[in-house]
Amino acid sequence: MSIEVRAHAGAAAHLGPHRSAKSIAFGTWFVAEHRLRTMRAYLSSIIMGSVFNPVMYLFALGVGIGSYIDANSGSHGLGGVSYLSFVGPALLASAALTVAFEETSFPVLGGFKWTREFWAMNATPISGRQVASGVLLAAAIRVVFTVIVFWCCLVAFGASPSAYGFLAVPSAILGGLAFGSVIMTVASRLEEDEGWFAMINRLIIAPMFLFSGTFFPLESLPVGLRWIGWISPLWHATQLGRVATFGMKEPLWLTFGHLAFLSIMLALGLGLSWKSFARRLSK
Amino acid sequence: METTNDVMIRARGLTKSFGELKAVDSVDFEVRKGEAFGLLGPNGAGKSTTMRMIACVSKRSGGELRILDRDPNEHGPDIRGHLGVVPQQDNLDVEIRVRENLIVYGRYFGLPMKFLRTKAEELIEFAQLTDKARSKVDNLSGGMKRRLTIARALINEPDILLLDEPTTGLDPQARHILWDRLFRLKEAGVTLVITTHYMDEAEQLCDRLIVMDKGRIMAAGTPAALIQEYSSREVVELRFGSDRNAAAAERLQGMGERIEVLPDRILIYTASGEEDLARIVEAGMRPVTSLVRRSSLEDVFLRLTGRSLIE
Repeated sequence: MSIEVRAHAGAAAHLGPHRSAKSIAFGTWFVAEHRLRTMRAYLSSIIMGSVFNPVMYLFALGVGIGSYIDANSGSHGLGGVSYLSFVGPALLASAALTVAFEETSFPVLGGFKWTREFWAMNATPISGRQVASGVLLAAAIRVVFTVIVFWCCLVAFGASPSAYGFLAVPSAILGGLAFGSVIMTVASRLEEDEGWFAMINRLIIAPMFLFSGTFFPLESLPVGLRWIGWISPLWHATQLGRVATFGMKEPLWLTFGHLAFLSIMLALGLGLSWKSFARRLSK
Repeated sequence: METTNDVMIRARGLTKSFGELKAVDSVDFEVRKGEAFGLLGPNGAGKSTTMRMIACVSKRSGGELRILDRDPNEHGPDIRGHLGVVPQQDNLDVEIRVRENLIVYGRYFGLPMKFLRTKAEELIEFAQLTDKARSKVDNLSGGMKRRLTIARALINEPDILLLDEPTTGLDPQARHILWDRLFRLKEAGVTLVITTHYMDEAEQLCDRLIVMDKGRIMAAGTPAALIQEYSSREVVELRFGSDRNAAAAERLQGMGERIEVLPDRILIYTASGEEDLARIVEAGMRPVTSLVRRSSLEDVFLRLTGRSLIE
């Protein structure tokens, strides 16, 4: 049989004296590539979801509720734009966060707990850090796809009037990844699911979705509750999106504040997940 | 990577502690090129911990460890590039197909797609999974998954293949197929390191082995040498019925080299079982059943690690 004859002949020629050189350079991408292959198993639901979701939400909220709100508030209610334009960037950002959550919650717990495939990756020259980065990179690719499709829907619905509207795309992606990196850290520290993700869904994502200036300006909330928005990646990503799509007026420092908040959250989340992936794999 | 004297793995005073517990307590061993080396021991003996240190995923707490003449603390990823790892629990990606599992894994070593496509075909054939190449892993039997895991570990043409309890949980047919595959690898010159608590497996596959218990090495050598050193040539097993065992044991004192009285039977370790059995019958003792067999590694193992249950 050829394998016995050719042992030690083929692979070595491709790898050279330092067997980890390519893995160190491209390991994160190899992990992402693997995740993308796995996603193919539910590719149809990914595509359907990313088209169906925006159309449904934009139609119901923007056109349905929106026409009612616009008729009552006139042109001054929401910074002079239609309700559809107001709510559009928020829905865009929340789609990014939802997809990032999907790709960093159960897949991460599963990689450690159910299929244990993260251990398989770590048995090769791939490091724990690269596993974490690769999972986030694959999530990022899915987020980018989702956000671009969603933004096209926004444009089609006439909900992104500004010429700089496309900048809502990177800000939604940044929001999604900032959130995803934190979820990934949490998931990598769970021993069992024990309903944790359901709880995160109900106690963190649901309130975040409702109280991050998504459907009404944060200023409409009592001062005592506005902190929910301030610590919410959704609010920061939404506000950035609004500045981009309809030129929402806010001080420049605040716009940079949103950017800084999300960037720091992403850096912290990724750094912490590096630590917990490496620790768990080397136990 | 050239190595001195063809020593693939060298451990000196190798230690791993988890808090107070010393899971591996100052063990010394060497594995040479082309050898099948066994780590035997009951649960909790430190086999898997030793294996994880060799696999460069768990850092040692003390002592020296060199794999392919390199220190895993400094060259972990490079050394891992030369290893194939078959873990105790399968960790295949069950959502993708058999062939994809091999290709994806090969990518982690930085191998190009062109090479991997041919290599995957070869390994699928080696693992006798040709009919299943396009199946999802979920649809494979336990034995097939095991063979796929071994095939996957060979994708980078490793210098050392680490197998942690490779046949645990498999039926006899599946075990024998697997042994055959491993034997072929051994013939091809692949160095094998195997942990197991199946003695027949160790006798079948290992050129040399160490018996571990509570983190320490109890004995080391070839299976034949260990049997010679720690057991007799043959064993006579006698059953008198559990209520008569103790009384019969009294009368058997002085027989063979050593007598072991168990709740259900008496074992006489001896050079010649048939002769002893004849003498017993002559003496008018009537065991319910009697059996003369050759001594096995299992006798050595039980002598060294005790008969009490470790859970």
